[in-house]
This record gives sequence, C-alpha cells and structure tokens, in this order.
Amino acid sequence: MISVNAKRCQHRSGADHEVIIYENRMETKVKKSYFSRKQLMIPYAVFLCFFVVLPLFVVLYYAFTNGDGNVSIHNFVRFFQNSKAIGTLVYSLAVALLTTLFCLLLAYPAAYFMAKGVFRKNHTFLMLFVLPMWINFTLRITAMKEILSLVEGNLAMHPFLNTIICMVYDFLPFMILPLYNTIVRLDDSLLEAAHDLGATKRQTFFKVVLPLSIPGIISGITMVFLPSMTNYVVLDMVYNSTYIMGSLIGSYFSAYDWHNGSVISIILLVIILLITLISDKFTGQSANERQGGAIL
Amino acid sequence: MKKSIQYLCIGLVLTFLYAPILILVFYSFTNATMIGATRGFSLHNYQTLFGTPELQAMIFGTLLLALLVAILSTLLGTAGAIGAFYSKKHTRGVLEMANEIPVVNADVVTGFSMCILMIAIFKVSKETYIPLIVGQTALCTPFVYLSVMPRLKQMDGQLYEAALDLGCKPFQALFKVVLPQIVPGILSGFMMAVTLSLDDYFVATYTKPATFDTISTYVVNATKGSQTSIKTALWALSAIIFVIVVVVVLDMNWRAGKKHE
Repeated sequence: MISVNAKRCQHRSGADHEVIIYENRMETKVKKSYFSRKQLMIPYAVFLCFFVVLPLFVVLYYAFTNGDGNVSIHNFVRFFQNSKAIGTLVYSLAVALLTTLFCLLLAYPAAYFMAKGVFRKNHTFLMLFVLPMWINFTLRITAMKEILSLVEGNLAMHPFLNTIICMVYDFLPFMILPLYNTIVRLDDSLLEAAHDLGATKRQTFFKVVLPLSIPGIISGITMVFLPSMTNYVVLDMVYNSTYIMGSLIGSYFSAYDWHNGSVISIILLVIILLITLISDKFTGQSANERQGGAIL
Repeated sequence: MKKSIQYLCIGLVLTFLYAPILILVFYSFTNATMIGATRGFSLHNYQTLFGTPELQAMIFGTLLLALLVAILSTLLGTAGAIGAFYSKKHTRGVLEMANEIPVVNADVVTGFSMCILMIAIFKVSKETYIPLIVGQTALCTPFVYLSVMPRLKQMDGQLYEAALDLGCKPFQALFKVVLPQIVPGILSGFMMAVTLSLDDYFVATYTKPATFDTISTYVVNATKGSQTSIKTALWALSAIIFVIVVVVVLDMNWRAGKKHE
C-alpha cells in the first residue's frame, strides 16, 4: 500500500512513473519491458527527422552546391543577377499582395457581421463560409474558370485579373476563419465602454475594434499570402503564362535542375520565416495555437 | 450599421463563394459542353463519370490514397501527441517546432524537397508509391497532432493515475482511459488528414508515379486537354463532391449544436 502511495505522489508531482526505475539496477531490468507513454513519441519523432527536417537539409545542400558538388553561392548570385528571375519574384509578390488585400477587404466585413452584427454567433453561417475549404481546389477553380470564360468570352484577355479573382476565390475561407475567431472573442463591454465615453460608431470601430482584431488579420494574412505566392496551378488553369515563384520550382524540376529549384525553395523558406516571425510578434502567440484555432 | 447593408455584404460574399459551384452543379445535369449554352436535361456526364475506367481508377485511387494517408497520419500524430504530452517541455518544444514546418511551409517546397530526398538520398523510385504516401503523410500528420494536443490538455489527468491505482497496466490505462477522452480530437484530425490529402496537388505532383493520378493532378491535366466529354464529366464529379461535403459538414455542425444544448 505504501508503495502504491509513493507512486501516486510521484504522479502528482508531475514526474512520470518510470522515474523509480533509476533507483535500482535490478528493477531497471525488470521494468524496462514496461511500456512508457513517452515512448509513443518515438515513431513520429523519427518520421519528422527523416521526412520533414532532412528534406530541408537536402534542399540546403543542393542550393549551396554546384553540379560538381563544390560549395558555392553562385546559384544565389545568378538568381539575383537574373532580371527575369527578379521579375518573377516581384510579380509573385504583387499577386500575393493583391490577393491578400482583396481577401481581407471581402472577409473582414463578412467576419465582423457574423461575429458582432445581425448574424451574431450564428454557427451555420460560419459553416457556410468555411465549407468551400473542404472541396478540392482544382475543381473549385474549374468552376470559377467556367464562369469567367462565360463573362469574358476569352480568358486570355485578362490573365492577371483572372488570376487574382481565382486566387481570392480559392483563399477567401482561409481569411474569414481567423478573422471571425478573433472578432468573436472581442469583449462586448469594451464596445459599450467606448459608446458610454462618447465615441461615435465610426470611432469605436477604428479605435477599438480594428486594433483589437489585428491578431486575426495577421494570421489571416499568413494563411493567404504565402500560398498565393506559390500556387502556380491557378495561373496554369486560367492560361496565365507569367511565372510566379512556385512555377519556377516546377520548371526547374521538369528540367532536372535541382540546384536552382533548391535556390527558389530557400528563398521561399526565408520569406516564410520572416512572415512567421512578424506574425508571432504581432499575435503574441505561438503558431501552434494559431493553427489549433483555425482548425475549429 | 444598417441591417440591409449587412445582409447585402454577407449575401455578396456568399454569392461569390457559391455561385460558380452551384452553376457548375446545374450544368452537370445538362448536355451542354460549356457553361451558358442552353441545352436539355441529361445525365450523360454522370454516365461518363461512372462508365469510364480511367476516371473510375483515378477516383478510386485518390480515395484509397487519402484513406491510407489519413490512417498513417492519425496513428503517427496521435501517438506523437500523447508521447509529447507526457515528455519534458523541452523535448516537446523541439518536436512541435519540427511539427510546424510542413504547416507553414509552401506545399511546392514540401513536395519538391520530398522528391529529391527520396530520389537522391534514399534512392526510392516514385513508381513504388512510397514517396507519394510518405510525402502526403508528412503533410497531414502535423494537423492530426495539432488537433489531438488540445484534447490532451483538456483531459482529466488524474483518471489515468486512478486507473493505474486500480490495477490497470499502463498500456491498458492508455487505451481504456486516455484514448476515449481524446477521440473527438483524433476524429477531427483524421478528417483533416483526409481533406488535406484529397485537396493536395503539389506534393502529389512531385512524388506520384507517372501513371497514377489523383483528382487534383487529373483535373489540372484535363483542363489543359481538349477532351470535352472528360471535362464535363468532371462537373459531375464536382457536383457529387459538393453534395457530400455539404451533407458531412451540416451533419457535423448539427451534432456539435446538439451537444451544446
């Protein structure tokens, strides 16, 4: 009975029950066959090492070596000296910026009205906005493309505009969800306080609601900006022959040029890292929580 | 803000989101070869969809892959989350950092790097399906982990100890006490994994065998091709997927609402 209690104390103090093992060598041998909860992590940890972390090192290796296997930064120098490549980078940034901006402009009012307006906390409406996320994006883009070709006649006339429309259509739900999650948690008493202190509705919105929804805006941006820089399938499907960063990887890949493909990957990874750092600073929470919230 | 403006705004955004799909669903029941043409009612798109072996193989392959990947991801992610939950904070932090990589990374980069890893380092041919399965599992597992972890944090930790005190073996306690408490997290993780695998284009396109197509890669190729009957058969596929998604999501929503009451 005493030993049971001792064990229990160990649990209560937060230590795992296997701690006892180390007290006695004999006991270790016996208890090693015991199953430990921590060990459950091992398969996933090994998997992450080999198939998530290792690929990044492989990409790093290819980006910083030339065909002979010598270390060089020549690949990067060539990228930044190539006006075409720089043009692609600028074009992708423009596509991503515009997509993010339009997503934000469409999603913010919708999210706000659902969280605080007439559709206050109506879960069905939120579901309606998020539902398209579950449908295969290539099929959704096909649908949008059919509509656009009906309206415009010839898709090739406005490749840039069509790209932006299809991107916004594709990513809008990913912007609405984090915005809604942030605004819905906004305390109503703050709005009432602003009203009591004489703020007009407009002032309340710009001085209270908008600043407090910045975390949601930032995590929405992180979920839309990067995919719209890299999702070259959308461009392909609306016959936009201009390249974005993602298409560069695709074309280098088809040409078996892994070194330059890796350079693009590294540049994208740096951009991702910057966005993540900025967003963590603004939202003050780890990316884990952000994603956890987004999952619903 | 005036109510009418709010209705208008929500209505416009919903129209933008749904009009294309609904119009496509409508035209999938006609014999029109493009949207806008007025033609009669016809089920030939559905006949083509279910009658073409190529399309059937593609759909069946995609579903099988999604199921396999989701099962693998759920096993790995759930075990990983439980293990990490009981590990030291530092160990867990390192694991979660690695877990975060596929979540924030661009899918193109995930697919591309997985492909060169498999070919250049492990010398595994893409024809073995291993790169495809491993690649999509790497993409999906982090989301399983992220949906199981919050459930573990909410769980009543003392029940596990109580089970041990009452004579359960740790393994039994885990299966009979811990697992039932985190089932909702595991299920939603599984669903996430299925959807992500079905939606994935980039990892699949870089790691799939040349002769195999998922819905995504097939649709992208079909839109470039000129085979009209295949193109319109895909409208029928969109319609079916739309209906399935609506039913599943509404059902989940309805159940969640019921639980709230």
